Amino acid sequence: MNPTQLFQTLGAPFLGILLFLAIWQVGAPKIVTSLGAIPGPVQVFEQFIGLIDEHKAARQKEVEFYQRQEERNTKAKADDPNAEIEVRPYTGKASFFDQILTSLITVMTGFVLAGLIAIPLGIVAGLSQTVYAALNPLIQLFKPVSPLAWLPIVTMIVSAVYVTDNPMFEKSFITSALTVLLCCLWPTIINTTVGVANISKDLQNVSKVLRLSWWTHVRKIVLPSAIPMIFTGLRLSLGIAWMVLIAAEMLAQNPGLGKFVWDEFQNGSSNSLGRIMVAVIVIGLIGFALDRGMLLLQRHVSWDKSLALR
Amino acid sequence: MSKHPDHLLISQVSIDFPTAKGPFRALDKVNLRIEKGEFVSIIGHSGCGKSTVLNIVAGLYKATEGGVILDGREVDEPGPERAVVFQNHSLLPWLTAYENVELAVKQVFKKTKSKAEMREWIEHNLRLVHMDHAMDKRPDEISGGMKQRVGIARALAMEPQVLLLDEPFGALDALTRAHLQDSMMEIQAKLGNTVIMITHDVDEAVLLSDRIVMMSNGPAATVGEILHVNLPRPRNRVAMAESAEYIRCRKAVLSFLYERHGRKEAA
Repeated sequence: MNPTQLFQTLGAPFLGILLFLAIWQVGAPKIVTSLGAIPGPVQVFEQFIGLIDEHKAARQKEVEFYQRQEERNTKAKADDPNAEIEVRPYTGKASFFDQILTSLITVMTGFVLAGLIAIPLGIVAGLSQTVYAALNPLIQLFKPVSPLAWLPIVTMIVSAVYVTDNPMFEKSFITSALTVLLCCLWPTIINTTVGVANISKDLQNVSKVLRLSWWTHVRKIVLPSAIPMIFTGLRLSLGIAWMVLIAAEMLAQNPGLGKFVWDEFQNGSSNSLGRIMVAVIVIGLIGFALDRGMLLLQRHVSWDKSLALR
Repeated sequence: MSKHPDHLLISQVSIDFPTAKGPFRALDKVNLRIEKGEFVSIIGHSGCGKSTVLNIVAGLYKATEGGVILDGREVDEPGPERAVVFQNHSLLPWLTAYENVELAVKQVFKKTKSKAEMREWIEHNLRLVHMDHAMDKRPDEISGGMKQRVGIARALAMEPQVLLLDEPFGALDALTRAHLQDSMMEIQAKLGNTVIMITHDVDEAVLLSDRIVMMSNGPAATVGEILHVNLPRPRNRVAMAESAEYIRCRKAVLSFLYERHGRKEAA
């Protein structure tokens, strides 16, 4: 790597970030809100350390809780072998990192379900002009709908339909995941359709001459041809899914990063703005990591290893 | 020989393509009889509809009028008994040479051949086109000529009654083309397939064919003349260059193409 390249791949991004941090550090204290001055990067980093400590403390509390319960139960058992033993789960406040995990599980659930619906639908729509004509108006109609508009409907439907005494999932989890699903379905459907519809005429002719069955045609010719477009759709979908999830969690008070942001906003302590900024940066980093993850998956699945993916 | 005197019969085939200004007649009443084991070339200027004829025989296009009869049965949809070698190889880029041929073999022989027999048959066909050394290579790892060899192996592996070649060597450089033409003659001598080849190369047509079908220019293109090439086989391209029959055939085709059916504008 020559010096110019080195500067471009390492130096320039580093400088960009440095410049951003400098402007932030200098500019932030000049704006004073009801919660105090806007925190600069240094304060935000301190809040981040604080959140880690809180998380560790919460873990410690949880461990201690189970220890106490265990001791209590052993003692009760020793005193009276027939004593009723109660085992209660720990119900302490979820820490920042617990919220991250919840958000990740929710977004992946919604996204994977959306993919399972969107890819087959896109393939069928790409292969059949009729199916495409039937589907297209619906796609165009629902694609631009904001997650905030879906949320009340989804909440009501989930409340009405998901009625069990012993729920496997939280209602809030299902509401968030379904909202994510509804919003991130469209890019995958559209891109898969385009990918499938643009399969090379020659390969289609090969399939015809060989009289491949519909299923073999899809497996051997359609899917490999459309893989790049399917992944373009999936990556767009995942990006949308992550944005939608944060909004859904905020509005619907579903556990997760969105709720964390909202709670801090309502909380209104002098630390709140700093903590919200930590959340913003973490949300950004996770979104970036999710996209890289999809890229790695694409590289793994794609037949054309020489393809430059970006 | 089959019971049918005409192995392949192209009868009164016309085709209209829909355009904004109404139907466009690309082919008009094309008639051709082809015997079993015969090598027939169809030659004409680009745009004269020669590939359309092939596509109709392959079943990829439907004739507006007339039809194609193969061994007494009308064909109107594609099928592996009329295997096509496409101009730009049309191999599946995500499969190796072996797997590309395998896809065809599995499709045609899934009921009649065992796994081991299929394997042997795939390798046999790749050997036939001298591609057994690169069986596990993907199309993007081999040269254009090699891709086309695999394309030919794939078509041969279907054991077709008619082999359809759509300008098979058109995209190759002259030396590679010559190699592949020699391979094609060698295979044809060995297997005795019925072959229809679309070409715009006069030397290629004369070298390979038993008969050359010359097509008039479109619209409403049709068979102009048919030339018998009375050259003994095996044919050697170098020795033939001086043969009187070769020169006669070459001249006949050239004169048809450029004197009687020359394009008005420079092509």
